[in-house]
Amino acid sequence: MPKRVLKEFKVEYLQILDENGNCDEALMPKLSNDEIRKIYEMLVLIRVFDQKAFNMQRQGRLGTYIQFKGQEACQVGSAFALDDDDFIFPMYRNSGLLIARKQPIVQVLQYWNGDERGSVSPKNVNNFPISIPVGTQTVHAAGAAFAAKLRNTKQVSVVYFGDGATSKGDFHEAMNFAGVFNAPAVFICENNQYAISVPRSKQTHSDTIAQKAIAYGIEGIQIDGMDIFAVIKAVKDAVDKGRSGKGPTLIECYTYRLADHSTSDDASRYRPKEEIELWAKKDPIDRLEKFMQNKKLLDDAYKQKVLVQSQEIIEKAVTEFEKIQPPDPKDIFKYVFAEMTQQQKEEMEELFGK
Amino acid sequence: MVVTNIVQAVTMGLRQELARDKNVVVMGEDVGLNGGVFRATDGLQKEFGADRVVDTPLAELSIVGCAIGMAVNGLRPVAEIQFSGFMYSTFDQLLSHAGRIRMRSRGRFTCPIVVRTPYGGGIRALELHCESGEAIFAHTPGLKMVVPSNPYDTKGLLAAAIRDPDPVIFYEPMRIYRAIKQDIPEKDYIVPLGKANVIQEGDDLTLISWGAMVKTCQEAVEKLNNKYSVELVDLRTINPYDAEAIADSVKKTGRCVIVHEAIRTGGFAAELIASINEKVLLSLEAPVIRITAPDVPFPLAKLENYFLPDATRILKGIERVMSY
Ligand SMILES: Cc1ncc(C[n+]2csc(CCOP(=O)(O)OP(=O)(O)O)c2C)c(N)n1
Repeated sequence: MPKRVLKEFKVEYLQILDENGNCDEALMPKLSNDEIRKIYEMLVLIRVFDQKAFNMQRQGRLGTYIQFKGQEACQVGSAFALDDDDFIFPMYRNSGLLIARKQPIVQVLQYWNGDERGSVSPKNVNNFPISIPVGTQTVHAAGAAFAAKLRNTKQVSVVYFGDGATSKGDFHEAMNFAGVFNAPAVFICENNQYAISVPRSKQTHSDTIAQKAIAYGIEGIQIDGMDIFAVIKAVKDAVDKGRSGKGPTLIECYTYRLADHSTSDDASRYRPKEEIELWAKKDPIDRLEKFMQNKKLLDDAYKQKVLVQSQEIIEKAVTEFEKIQPPDPKDIFKYVFAEMTQQQKEEMEELFGK
Repeated sequence: MVVTNIVQAVTMGLRQELARDKNVVVMGEDVGLNGGVFRATDGLQKEFGADRVVDTPLAELSIVGCAIGMAVNGLRPVAEIQFSGFMYSTFDQLLSHAGRIRMRSRGRFTCPIVVRTPYGGGIRALELHCESGEAIFAHTPGLKMVVPSNPYDTKGLLAAAIRDPDPVIFYEPMRIYRAIKQDIPEKDYIVPLGKANVIQEGDDLTLISWGAMVKTCQEAVEKLNNKYSVELVDLRTINPYDAEAIADSVKKTGRCVIVHEAIRTGGFAAELIASINEKVLLSLEAPVIRITAPDVPFPLAKLENYFLPDATRILKGIERVMSY
C-alpha cells in the first residue's frame, strides 16, 4: 500500500509595518489617529519606565529588575486589544504590559522592590500576579478561559511567556487543555530569541514556535513582534475568535530582548554586540514614529512633548513610590489562609510579641 | 591549598569529577557557555566540551527525568536546577522514579544522579529564588539530601555525592556562596555522606544546624562571648542523618537548640527532636527547641528579614533553654 498524505500544514507569518515604516494598508487594523497617538504615547511611557527602573536598580533604589526593551509592541499592542475584565497571566518581563493594563506605576515599582502590595490588581481589572517560575502560568490561562466559557462571561484569558517556556510541559499541556475545552485562551509567546544565555535554536528543534499549536489542533501564527500593528491585529483576531466560541490561539511574537536578561545578567557573555545592533534597527518605537511621520501624526515638537510628559509621569510615580511606608511585617502571616492557624498565631506572637 | 569560596569549591569539585570519571556529565540551564547564573560551572564546557557540560532546554522536569535515563544507561549525570524553587516541577521524577529505581528493579537498574541547586534566602532575591525544601526531600525514600556550609565540605561532599551509587539532592547555600573563604586542598578528597561535623566542642548546650544557618549560628555563639559552652554541630547530610553524633552530643550537654531556615511545621528539626527523644530523652535537662522560619511562604525582599532566623532569635532560644 503506498503511503498517502493524511494532513498538510502551513505556518503563517504576519507583518504589517516594516522596519522602514512602510505599512500594508490592506492588513492594517482599524485605528483612529487618536488611538495611534495613544498607543505611541504608551510605548514611549513604558520605555521611559524601563530605563528608569534599570537606573534605580543600579543606584540601589530598586531590587532585581527585569527589562523588556525591544518587546514594547508585544505588550502595548496586546493590552490594547483586551477589555479590563479579560484575564492576563503575565510573566516577569511584563512590567510594560501591566502599566498598559492600568496597574499603577507606583505598584509596579513596589513589586520590583520586594513589596507584595505591588501585585494587587486594580479593581475591575484582572491582572494576575506575574509568574516568576517559567511557564507555569500557561495552564492557569486555559483554566480561566474554561471558566469564562462555563460561566458564559465572554472574557478572554491571555497568557504571556518566553521562548524558553515553550520547552516546559506546562505550555504543551495548557494548549492541549485549551484545545480540548475549546476555551477562549490566547497564548502569547514573546520569542525574544534567548532564555537567559540559551538561544532559541537550542530550545527547540522545530523551526517556529507557532507550529507547535498544530499538534494540539489549535491555530498558531508567527508575527513580527516589533510591529505594533501586527500585534494588535493578531491579538484582536484571536480575542474575537475566542469570544465567539471558536477556541484558543497561539501567537508567536518574533522579537528581541535588547537589554540583558535581568539586572543580574551580563549578556555580552553569550551574544555579540553586532547582533543587538542589527535588531535595534527593527525597534518598534522608531518604526511607528516613521509611520506616524509619513501620516503627519508626529513631528519633532510632539515627539519631544511625549517624551517630557512620560518622564514627568514616571518621576511623579517614583517620588510617590519612595514615600511609601514599608509593609506591615505581620502581613507575612495575614494572607496565607483566610484564617490563621493556631501554629501561625503562636509563631507570630513569638516574632512580634502579643 | 587554594583560597576558595563555596561557588569556586563547587566548580573545583565538578572539574575534579569530570576529569576523574568520563561518565560524569554536567547538565542544566545556562551551565555551558554562560557558566551558570552563579558561575558555578564557569569554564567547564570549554575544558570538557559540550557533550560533557550540556546546556539543556528550559524544563526542570525533563532535566531530572533525562538525567535518570542517562544514569540508568551508564552515565553519572550532575544536573543543575537554577534555583531550588524550581525543583517543584521535578518532584514527579524524583519522588515517583529516582528514589524507587533500585528497589523496583531489585538493583538491576540504579540511579546515581546528583541534583545540585542553590537554596535559601537572605539576598533580596525574587519569589521562589529563596526556598528551603530539604525536609521534603528527606521525606522521600531513596533520595539522599546534602547541605554543605563551607568550601571544604562543599568540594568533599559534592565529590562523595557524585560517586554515590544513589540519587543525591545537593543544596548549595546561595546566601554564603561568596561569603566564606577557606584554604582547601586542590587534591582529590571526599567528605563522607551521613556524617555530621562538630565545628566547636562545648558542654552546656548542643546547637545543631546546616547550610547557610551554620554561619548565623556561629555569629550567635560569638555574641554569647563564652557565657555558655556551646557545642556547634553542622549536620551536613540531612538524609541519612548522623543520629549517633547528635545523641552523643546531647547526652553530654543535656540541652539542645536546632536552627533551620525552612518553615517550622514538618521541618527537619522535628525529626531530629524525635530522634533525640528516642535515644537520649533521659539525658535532657530542658525541652529541645527549634528556631525556624514561620509557617508562611518565603516573603518578598521587603519582609524577608522577619522570616529568616537571625543571631538574636538564636540567642533568645539559647537563653530559653539554658534558663529552663
Ligand atoms: C521554572 C523556572 N526555571 C528556571 C527559571 C530561571 N529563569 C528565569 S528566566 C529564565 C529564562 C526564561 O527564558 P524565556 O522563557 O525565553 O523568557 P525571557 O526571560 O527570555 O523573556 C530562566 C531559566 C525560572 N524562573 N523558572
